[in-house]
Amino acid sequence: MSEIELLYLLAAVLFIVGLKQLSTPRTARRGNAIAAAGMLLTMVVTLVHQDIVSWGTIVAGLIAGGAVGAMLALRVQMTAMPQLVAAFNGFGGAASTLVALYEIGNTDGVFATETGVTVVLTLAVGSVTFSGSFVAYAKLQGLVSGRPLSFPGDQQLNAALAAGLVGFGIWGVAADAVPAYWLVVPVALVLGVFAVTPIGGADMPVVISLLNSLSGVAAAMAGFVIGNSALIIGGALVGAAGLILSMQMSQAMNRSLANVLFSGFGTDGAGPVSMSDKPVKSATPDDVAIALGYAERVMVVPGYGLAVAQAQHAVRDLTTALEARGVEVSFAIHPVAGRMPGHMNVLLAEADVPYDQLLDLDQSNPRMAQTDVALVIGANDVVNPSARDDPSSPIYGMPILEVDKAHTVIVVKRSLSPGFAGIDNPLFYLDNTMMFFADGKAAMEQALKALADV
Amino acid sequence: MSEPFVTGIVVFVLAAFVGFEVISKVPPILHTPLMSGANAISGITIVGALTAAGLSEGTLATTLAFLAVTTATINVVGGFLVTDRMLEMFKKKPVQRNV
Repeated sequence: MSEIELLYLLAAVLFIVGLKQLSTPRTARRGNAIAAAGMLLTMVVTLVHQDIVSWGTIVAGLIAGGAVGAMLALRVQMTAMPQLVAAFNGFGGAASTLVALYEIGNTDGVFATETGVTVVLTLAVGSVTFSGSFVAYAKLQGLVSGRPLSFPGDQQLNAALAAGLVGFGIWGVAADAVPAYWLVVPVALVLGVFAVTPIGGADMPVVISLLNSLSGVAAAMAGFVIGNSALIIGGALVGAAGLILSMQMSQAMNRSLANVLFSGFGTDGAGPVSMSDKPVKSATPDDVAIALGYAERVMVVPGYGLAVAQAQHAVRDLTTALEARGVEVSFAIHPVAGRMPGHMNVLLAEADVPYDQLLDLDQSNPRMAQTDVALVIGANDVVNPSARDDPSSPIYGMPILEVDKAHTVIVVKRSLSPGFAGIDNPLFYLDNTMMFFADGKAAMEQALKALADV
Repeated sequence: MSEPFVTGIVVFVLAAFVGFEVISKVPPILHTPLMSGANAISGITIVGALTAAGLSEGTLATTLAFLAVTTATINVVGGFLVTDRMLEMFKKKPVQRNV
């Protein structure tokens, strides 16, 4: 061990301090910069310390990767953030896999047993992260259906693929067999695809955080392969962070992580749904404007539909107009609203909604009874009272935003179609609920226009 | 098991606990930036990629090393930049004027 290790340790400290500051709104931006400085330090130390024989590959890779990364980061729409995070996870997994493959070539597959095991783990976890992330990307980008895709025997297929991974891994480690190591990669890539396809769109917050965790684990394993503690520490931090988030997201749906990953939840939703025959109250833009304009307190409840309709700016315009009239407006955000943890917060921040106006589940529910109007935009399952009242409901036990306790509920929705879970929502038929059938963005614009005459 | 490997395991386990402690109380509004910032840190594998690229000889090794540097750099540069872009948007409510 040399002094160089101390510089890597310094970088690891910068990562930890950066993450710590990232967890408070006031210091978050500085935290990100500190973590980035740590990363720059590791890169400089590596380039100075190693006896580099060829700079061409390094420079080419840095330029190509830097250009692509910067372009993606600076041009992405905030509504497309979940798929971009998924893609970055995928690239991280790919990088760790490639480093391990390079090491295999470098050593002709001859490793100490324990190192060989970490080579297999890097290849397997990195490849699953890569292909799984790009399936998630395709689902979120709408390139393939966001519905869970299951087929008979898929769990058995995945079990067989996992067994194949273990088999090739043992063969590689035991016999120093280069081909066996390489074969881990395609098997893991296929496993990554079939692990994510059965998981539906609304469960994506869990999947993305889990893939995030895996990209960290892959980096940590690569750290064992090349004997570098910066990779081990950085990877372990990310692995832990992603795991915490995925557990929090599962809890927010009252389901276990295993249930999210393996149940194919929502697959039955494609079939006919038993819809209530009860009448709903349909509202005009004028009805909505009157209800909102004469309210004292309004709670906006956004869901994935807000992102789909790109309605964040229109909502902001409407709430600004309401505040100008003296209406108190806040936003209630369910932990799994949207397609990644914190998705709604990012969208509303983009539309200049101050973050202290955004309330989480525990802050908003006690205020519902004092709320005059709850304005639900593109959210469904997270406001479904069945989760609280109906033990036979598939989402029973999931914590919800109890908008039905508000004096009046306005639900903006394109039709009465059920949400992701494929279950009817009794909220729509309550006496104090008005349905405003329209696209989220158009609805906000119409309501704003009507508000001028109220 | 070799001594460096055992040290590595110790470091890994302790770092994971530090990660749990540091991150377990993050407010929901920061979940996305935290995730994308952490994601950029997982690009630390760039250290291995740079080493590989600097020492690589032969077509296969050079190709692997080039792809490793490229993908890791996308992860690092893109991850930190997009996190910064998001955090720039997070604002507190300006002090309200009394009407």
